[in-house]
Amino acid sequence: MALFLLKRFGEFVPTLFIIITITFFLVRLAPGGPFDSEKRVSPEVLAQLEAHYHMDRPLLRQYWDYLSGLARLDFGPSFRKPSRTVREWLLLRLPISIELGIYALAFSLVFGLGAGILSSLRQNSLLDHGATSLAMLGICIPAFVLGPLLVLVFGLWNDWLPIMGWTTPAHKILPSITLGAAYAAYIARMTRGGMLETLSQDFIRTARAKGLRESRVVLRHGLRSGIQPVVAFLGPATAGLLTGSFVVETIFLIPGLGREFVESAFNRDYTMISGAVLVYAVLVMGLNLVSDIVLAWLDPRIRAR
Amino acid sequence: MHTHIRNLITFLACAVILPWTPGCSYRSPGDQNILQAGNGAEVQDLDPHVVSGVTEHRVLSSLFEGLTDADAATLEPVPAVADRWEVSDDGLHYTFHIRPEARWSNGDPVTARDFAYAWRRILSPAIASEYAYMLYCLKNARAYNEGKLRDFDQVGVFAADVETLRVELENPTPYFLSMQNHFAWFPVHQPTIERFGRMDERGTAWTHPGNLVCNGPFILDDWLPNEKLSVRKNPYYWDAGSVLLSGIDFHPIENLQTEDRAFRSGLLHLTATIPLHRVAVYRRDRPEILHIHPYFGCYFYRMNITRPPFDNPLVRQAFALSINREEIVTNVLKGGEQPATAFVPPGDTKYPAIDVLCFDVERARTLLAKAGYPDGQGLPPVNILYNTSEAHRTIAETVQRMWKENLNADVRLLNQDWKTYLSSMNTLDYEMARSAWIGDVADAVNFLECFQTDVGNNRTGWSSPEYDALIDQAYAEADVTKRSVLLQQAEALLLEGGPIIPVYFYSWKFLMSPEVKGFTPNILGYYRWKNLYLDPGE
Repeated sequence: MALFLLKRFGEFVPTLFIIITITFFLVRLAPGGPFDSEKRVSPEVLAQLEAHYHMDRPLLRQYWDYLSGLARLDFGPSFRKPSRTVREWLLLRLPISIELGIYALAFSLVFGLGAGILSSLRQNSLLDHGATSLAMLGICIPAFVLGPLLVLVFGLWNDWLPIMGWTTPAHKILPSITLGAAYAAYIARMTRGGMLETLSQDFIRTARAKGLRESRVVLRHGLRSGIQPVVAFLGPATAGLLTGSFVVETIFLIPGLGREFVESAFNRDYTMISGAVLVYAVLVMGLNLVSDIVLAWLDPRIRAR
Repeated sequence: MHTHIRNLITFLACAVILPWTPGCSYRSPGDQNILQAGNGAEVQDLDPHVVSGVTEHRVLSSLFEGLTDADAATLEPVPAVADRWEVSDDGLHYTFHIRPEARWSNGDPVTARDFAYAWRRILSPAIASEYAYMLYCLKNARAYNEGKLRDFDQVGVFAADVETLRVELENPTPYFLSMQNHFAWFPVHQPTIERFGRMDERGTAWTHPGNLVCNGPFILDDWLPNEKLSVRKNPYYWDAGSVLLSGIDFHPIENLQTEDRAFRSGLLHLTATIPLHRVAVYRRDRPEILHIHPYFGCYFYRMNITRPPFDNPLVRQAFALSINREEIVTNVLKGGEQPATAFVPPGDTKYPAIDVLCFDVERARTLLAKAGYPDGQGLPPVNILYNTSEAHRTIAETVQRMWKENLNADVRLLNQDWKTYLSSMNTLDYEMARSAWIGDVADAVNFLECFQTDVGNNRTGWSSPEYDALIDQAYAEADVTKRSVLLQQAEALLLEGGPIIPVYFYSWKFLMSPEVKGFTPNILGYYRWKNLYLDPGE
């Protein structure tokens, strides 16, 4: 287990370094710069701006400066938001996207697991067909359709829920459902599949033969093995939820990192793009690592390996 | 950690329960007297010497005030920080008298020195202000900004005493007074600037809530980036008695559909714009909230005259004559835009608009034949470059069809993201590009000076010594009528075989709740915030 962890960490750092390097050069290769605008700035002003952000130095020197900044956790100044640093900005935005991701994950787990277990217990019943169809629908409807639809029903036709912003718990319901719906649907289908397979196995029959209560059979014995596909899916799913919130943040006007990431790319805010990519890279790789560890802990076969 | 768990449980409970509890309202306007305004993109900063753009202008004009302000309807200068002023006969010397009761939001008096300091700051090369050129009408300002002159005493601004500001201009500039409400001219509070950095340092924390000291009708209360920027009434403002709003909340909502939904759910009193397809719906169902006013902006196509076929003025003219602007405006845009028969939109009261462009297919075909392309034979394919936008694409498709039908021209569409598109234009890597110009001041020269030789905004490769001379003469001309004639000649030159094809004049479109009172439209889209108030009675 220790060797396994060490090996994974060993992969972590070089991958991150490669990502930083590629991002650094790629954004600077893209046509257009942070100071291009409809009303063109004069060559004198442009030269001053570039000098201010040290863009007049050779590219390799800039790269070295950036790396040494990163070593001190200094992500540089934002090109588009002159009075803010990228670190300050990321620290402001990231917690909101994480919060949104956690709520969406909670929603998708509660509804996904619940629907999956129920339909596996009543296979081919009306409940099962209903839940399966609903899950299919959840997978098919993209967030940019579901979000405005929910806004229409709960916010505009009926005055039930707030539709913009990220302040009270009520504000967080619709965005979390919108973001989590597709994942809830995946989880429901996986749980149903995993549970059906598990419930037909010998050790479940043994458990029932021993006279255990059905709830104990299902929740204690069945679930543990039945949700393994879900656990494996959880790492990428969490990463997807945390990094895939751009559309939802735009629809519900949530000041998260997703919006910032896309806008900074359009604005060629070099340092902000690099900073956001770095944060996302750490998140995605970290979560996949955690999911591997949990899987190893759940499944004795992986642990033994 | 506990609060997170508590939040989570609350959330889950709400998720299950709330959808089944109709009747409870979340549309809480809070303080009834605070205007909720949509404001497009997030403001970059609040330093008037660093920012550029319309969203920043909206916010800054609530926080700061210049020597004069503009009348909300006519845009004529009205007294603001200066309560009176004198102009010399040659139009080159101005003396402003600062009103003694003008105060900064910390109680300090606003003095003539604050203006001299602010103008020195924006013109300092090191601060690299994108809007420093607005001040180039000051004597020697350009040389100072470009680093060719080191001694600021030679620049045409001088604080004679606390209440007297003397200004010397390079040229008689008829719009000098009316552009004083632009943020580039706003004063800044020296002790505050220097508490957080050097005078000419970019991006210090002086603009953050709690630090910012300003002199306008409102003060900065809170700034939650990408969420909300709140300003509240400034008790130290010299005219605080006539400010009726308690404050304004500016909401940065870049997505048009999201802003539209926010307005419909009652979160906003005022939007920054309207999605194109919603205009017809509001016109039919709720005309009382739909605002469409003329706007001092022109939508046009640039042609790269360094590349065939647009290196030939006859081809340029043929293309300009063969689009039906009326059809674009009435059938495609449908939002109160006006067909552009010239480059300068109507609205500059000193400038009689010229009417040059028309829809004349016969003449266009003759010109094209004369250029060596009878019935479009041999005409190389042309790409229309545009930045990503539904509206730009629709308009490009329409003119593509018109040019195919009328000139038998092979026109293709080329879409690029905003910055790539700008880069292509700057490097003249295009044949034809969708463009726009929105006036900073209500003066024709603001449009026409873009196409002087080697001006950064030219971006077409076009150069005409005759045109350059006319604009230079207009700069130096003190007589308003003679100046207009010079500018009209220049504009005619620009349109007859020049590098642009004007398509339409913009309209200023937005939604405003009927409870907002005191609003007066103007062609610059300028909000005089202190005039507005809320009357929920209706």
